[in-house]
Amino acid sequence: MYFGLSEEQLMIQDSFRRSLERSVNLDSIRTVSATEQFMDAALWQELTELGMPALMISEKYGGAGLGLLEAAVVAEEIGRSAAPVPFIGTSVMAPLALDLAGSEDQKATWLPKLASGKTRIGIAFADRASGVRRGSGVTAEDSILNGKTSFALDMGEAEALIVADAEGNLYLVENAARGLAITYLPTIDGTRTTAEITFHNVEAEKLPQGTPDLLHRIVNAGRIAMAAESYGAADDMLRQAVAYAMDRKQFDRIIGSFQAVKHMCAEMAAELQPCRALIWYAAYAFDAEQDDVTLSALLAKSHMDDIGQMIARTATEVHGGMGYTDLLGLHFWFKRIGFNRAQLGGPEKLRQEAALLQGFG
Amino acid sequence: MDLNDRRDHLAFREEVQRFLRDYKDQAPTESAHTYRLLPRPYSEKVKNWQRLLVERGYAARNVPKAYGGVGAEPDILKNRIIADEFFAAGMPQGLYGQGISMLVPTLLEHGTEDQKLEWIGPTIRGEIMWCQGYSEPNSGSDLASLQTSAAEDGDDFIINGSKIWTSSAHIAPMIFALIRTEPDASKYQGISYMIFPMDLPGIDVRPLQTMTGHPSFNEVFFTDVRVPKTQVVGGRGNGWKVANSTLAHERGMLSNANGSQERLNKIRDLLQKETRDGRLLAENQVLMDRYIGLQARVQSMRLHEMRLLTNAEEGKPPGLQEMICKLVGCELNNQLDALAIDALGEIGVLYDGIPSVEEDGIWQQWYMYDLGLIIGGGTAQIQKNIIAERGLGMPREPRAGKG
Repeated sequence: MYFGLSEEQLMIQDSFRRSLERSVNLDSIRTVSATEQFMDAALWQELTELGMPALMISEKYGGAGLGLLEAAVVAEEIGRSAAPVPFIGTSVMAPLALDLAGSEDQKATWLPKLASGKTRIGIAFADRASGVRRGSGVTAEDSILNGKTSFALDMGEAEALIVADAEGNLYLVENAARGLAITYLPTIDGTRTTAEITFHNVEAEKLPQGTPDLLHRIVNAGRIAMAAESYGAADDMLRQAVAYAMDRKQFDRIIGSFQAVKHMCAEMAAELQPCRALIWYAAYAFDAEQDDVTLSALLAKSHMDDIGQMIARTATEVHGGMGYTDLLGLHFWFKRIGFNRAQLGGPEKLRQEAALLQGFG
Repeated sequence: MDLNDRRDHLAFREEVQRFLRDYKDQAPTESAHTYRLLPRPYSEKVKNWQRLLVERGYAARNVPKAYGGVGAEPDILKNRIIADEFFAAGMPQGLYGQGISMLVPTLLEHGTEDQKLEWIGPTIRGEIMWCQGYSEPNSGSDLASLQTSAAEDGDDFIINGSKIWTSSAHIAPMIFALIRTEPDASKYQGISYMIFPMDLPGIDVRPLQTMTGHPSFNEVFFTDVRVPKTQVVGGRGNGWKVANSTLAHERGMLSNANGSQERLNKIRDLLQKETRDGRLLAENQVLMDRYIGLQARVQSMRLHEMRLLTNAEEGKPPGLQEMICKLVGCELNNQLDALAIDALGEIGVLYDGIPSVEEDGIWQQWYMYDLGLIIGGGTAQIQKNIIAERGLGMPREPRAGKG
């Protein structure tokens, strides 16, 4: 038994961490957050050179052929740096959808383009992953789509999107398709996009192998990666809180010498540490196609969502009034964690699914 | 990441499984845990089972042959395989009282050859039960301030003072205790770790009723108790260092995800069996939300322990990841007990020996006992200091007294 990252995974972790530490700073996060920009294009280019979009695409199509555990390692680093780039929709879920459900033609058309970072594909699965809202729902007849869906991931400057209809079939639609309207929704988190999409007699390409089970597998991957991203963001908030507490002085003492502050930091560390094993195992279970992958994904994201919320709040409190201001930019991590919590199913929804899955209810 | 057994581990796992099948009939129904809940002398069946486990190397397996063990090479994964297979089979594991879990590792590390030969064998076989004389009425979290002292008289020490929270002192024939033997030395350098019998003249044990209603702790009073100087372990004045190595063993002992998993499984059965208004408790979404939330925590601790095992096997020093286990594990168990009690409703407050009650009010007993563990073995607040100071590098609490 070996429970931990391999040499290669540690190298991936290290190279992404160093690159993101160098290239992401508060200015770049602010710029993307405050403007109409969808992402930090230079950073996307740099991460593409490190192999980010190619990570999960098979070698046959120009990718690295790695698994979800590697993607989780990268997601953690992206969360840690609050990097304003798309990832989970376009580089985890979309490649999986094409690989598992796409035709040979579709794979050959899209996967090499995705791997090269030249194009991106958004993911509109919110109805299936979070539940259908009033007025929401996409229907398909002979691959003609009608209806509306919200909270599509990574749509900014994407070339196409993959959407799930009410039956769990998957369709690929080019963003330029006639009858398609994309409205970007402003959220608390300006580092990534979310969009509402309406379909009016839009011609789509069905992914022929798509099934509800397969959709479920892709959602599992998205949830696990989302949890890993929140882990990274929470871990960095804890780091920032400890660093601030060791620097800020009141009553002629650094505030980190007060037990009240120390205990807040200790509680964050105690809650966060076990989350990493939970997330790594879920990713491993996904890659090894273990029977408990769905349960593991549900437990990992729901638990990380709650611990992430606790840390986002506590780390901000440790910063006192400074945490509430825009000056330190701590709120970008706070909001990223808050955004992730609501995507692909919030914790209550996920726990309900976990109960049903195990025959309760 | 590879969660499959290595070839030799797989063979070992099969060996353990075979043993558990073949010897099922000899297993006692009382587990080490029930002895912790209600300390009492070990039954013959428990002692026989323990002897068998020691002989087979399924308990105290790393204790050298010369001292009564099988002298197995340290292999943390094999220890884990034993724990998991016994747990899966619902069979009681080796005893883990304070003698076996704390004194024996300490003697192995610090004891003289004579001390090892005399005490380790009978202790691991469950023949001698030990109590731990550390805390005093005025020395709890600040243990090193302890005042029970020994004056020299020829080859002996004469001990005066008192101890409190001494588990099992009312039944244990032996004690290992911290005694101030060097009055002129500083707070931390004046203490010795001593072992002696509990039936010496001048030792008075008064059981301390706890909130569970069962005496598990005691007050122990020493009045001119004469103990030979040869009963010191690890050298005079070194008691603080020796005790800290023992406390590290205790922290490891207090958290164990299998114990949490066992509680969770029992709660699952409860939710799928009990009804309210003609509906299964498992249909109550609020209870289920709590259950799944705790399931995620149990799962995270199980997996976290696996990660720690790999770290230990790789020779990585224990750090922050290990420091959190006592705090998180004890809190988790207490929350699990609380959920079971809430699920039972009014029945959840019935207690002790009522035949109609689910498991005899065991959940209330656990709830209180687990709260005791949150406080004992280094309170939650002390754990948080340790995590902040040693794990996160934050400033130490000011230490009164010379260190």
